[in-house]
Amino acid sequence: MALENTLSPLPAGLPGRPVYELRGVSKTYKRRNVHALEKIDLRLTEGSFWAVIGSSGCGKSTLLKIMTGLLSPSEGSVMLSGKPVTGPRRDIGMMFQQPTLFPWRTAVENVVLPIEIRDGKKAALDKYDDARALLDLVGLKGFEQVYPNELSGGMAQRVAICRMLITEPTVLLLDEPFSALDELSRDFMDMELQRICKERNATTFLVTHSIPEAVILSDVVSVMSPRPGRLAATVTIDLPRPRTLDMMTEPRFAALVKQIRDLLDKGAFL
Amino acid sequence: MTNERTAATEEAVCETVWALEKESWIDRVPRPVTMLLLLLAFLAVWQLVYALKLISHIILPSPFATIADIVTVGVNLLTGDYMLKSLWTTTQEVLLGFMIAVVLGFFLGLLVGETDFGERMVMPYLVAVNAMPKVAFAPLFVSWLGFGIASKVALSAFVALFPVIVGTAAGIHAADQNARMLFRTMGASRWQTLTKLKLPTGMPHFFTGLKNAAVLAVVGAVVGEFLGGGKGFGELIRVAASMINTPRVFALIIYLSMLGLATFGVVIWLQRKLIFWHKETVAEDLFE
Repeated sequence: MALENTLSPLPAGLPGRPVYELRGVSKTYKRRNVHALEKIDLRLTEGSFWAVIGSSGCGKSTLLKIMTGLLSPSEGSVMLSGKPVTGPRRDIGMMFQQPTLFPWRTAVENVVLPIEIRDGKKAALDKYDDARALLDLVGLKGFEQVYPNELSGGMAQRVAICRMLITEPTVLLLDEPFSALDELSRDFMDMELQRICKERNATTFLVTHSIPEAVILSDVVSVMSPRPGRLAATVTIDLPRPRTLDMMTEPRFAALVKQIRDLLDKGAFL
Repeated sequence: MTNERTAATEEAVCETVWALEKESWIDRVPRPVTMLLLLLAFLAVWQLVYALKLISHIILPSPFATIADIVTVGVNLLTGDYMLKSLWTTTQEVLLGFMIAVVLGFFLGLLVGETDFGERMVMPYLVAVNAMPKVAFAPLFVSWLGFGIASKVALSAFVALFPVIVGTAAGIHAADQNARMLFRTMGASRWQTLTKLKLPTGMPHFFTGLKNAAVLAVVGAVVGEFLGGGKGFGELIRVAASMINTPRVFALIIYLSMLGLATFGVVIWLQRKLIFWHKETVAEDLFE
């Protein structure tokens, strides 16, 4: 069957220039004697979208922390654009489930925060025009001077997207970015995310709990299994681009969702 | 026909719901009026207790005698007589004590909240000292610093110090995991994380500490005056009480509480200026 062809035992990735490369990354927390990650191999190519899906506690946060350079792997190597990741880097953009905006800063001040931290207040002031352009890009024109308290959940997440993009990162690491939003906003934000990624040719790594979200956005979806966390299987999503929400009703979409769900069910007992 | 009936039923249902949601009459009276009503009720009960001689008149004066004395003391204060000087003495003690508590408490809170050294080695001592009845230190302060203003300032600061420490330390711990992780991914230094994340996030906690401290500073100063003499308002109260002049004691307490309210009010005003993003709580609402 056609479905079997998309299933490869090792996540080989897609053709193209590799941006992010993880080789045999393992992590053991010695003090607690927890084996969090086991031999993760990942190869994110330029402009591709990779999603990882898995139950809670399967080591996703550990993997993300290693990828951002906040944690060092016990074994293996993490390379980004040919250089090993040894600490926080400005070419990595990160986003969380919560917008994590700071209520004492206006939307535009929140957006330039990464610049202010890395390059100082002066550099941040110079970036205000870029920040406004980004807010415009996500449909928040006119909300530049608004404080986060007055923004809806979806709007706040869009400001967080702008903050992630202001440093012009090469890779975006998204940790369940829209799972706190309602279904309608979530679908909308997924489409926005696709548009932004395409516009900037961003390489994206998404961690999510939602199978449909993973399928509609990604080129490759990996299923992660817990204890120790590893990429149990990888599915290539062959839906044409650009993706639309209408695709969610197509049989091919349903088949892919089912395939991933089956893999997840199996993974839970491994 | 059926439609009409449905509409009628619907209307009836709506009316029931509205009736349930209807405000009680007391919600429609303006707040100053309801507050005044409660005060009047309180005075009425007081007068009743007085008239029925349920409590000895020596201990509980009549409300009228008390109000008359409030006026007497008020006139004395307004004409700048000796009571104003006393109030000014106490005000100085409270303000100095409060300011010392805020500055010292902030740095101790920073030490305890931000550094491992502070948390491991200083914190246990602070907890132990906080558990002590702090006003019991008053005689000690008097013997160290004399009967002047200094011993009262010291007690005021000492009593008001701990809420500031706790508020600051709690504030520093208030930033959530994601925010900290975000700052780390942005490559923020420890100083940047402190000034741009932890301190602003902790402001509401800090101000909770300040509000408690503002009230406690008055307590400290007055207890200091009770036990260490001097020329403050506490001394006036002590003298009036020793002469069993109960209306005077009540009147002085009323004016003293104004001092507490004023300090508290300044803190609230500052809080509104500085942390405009933080939702108001009931206690702050009271002060409107």
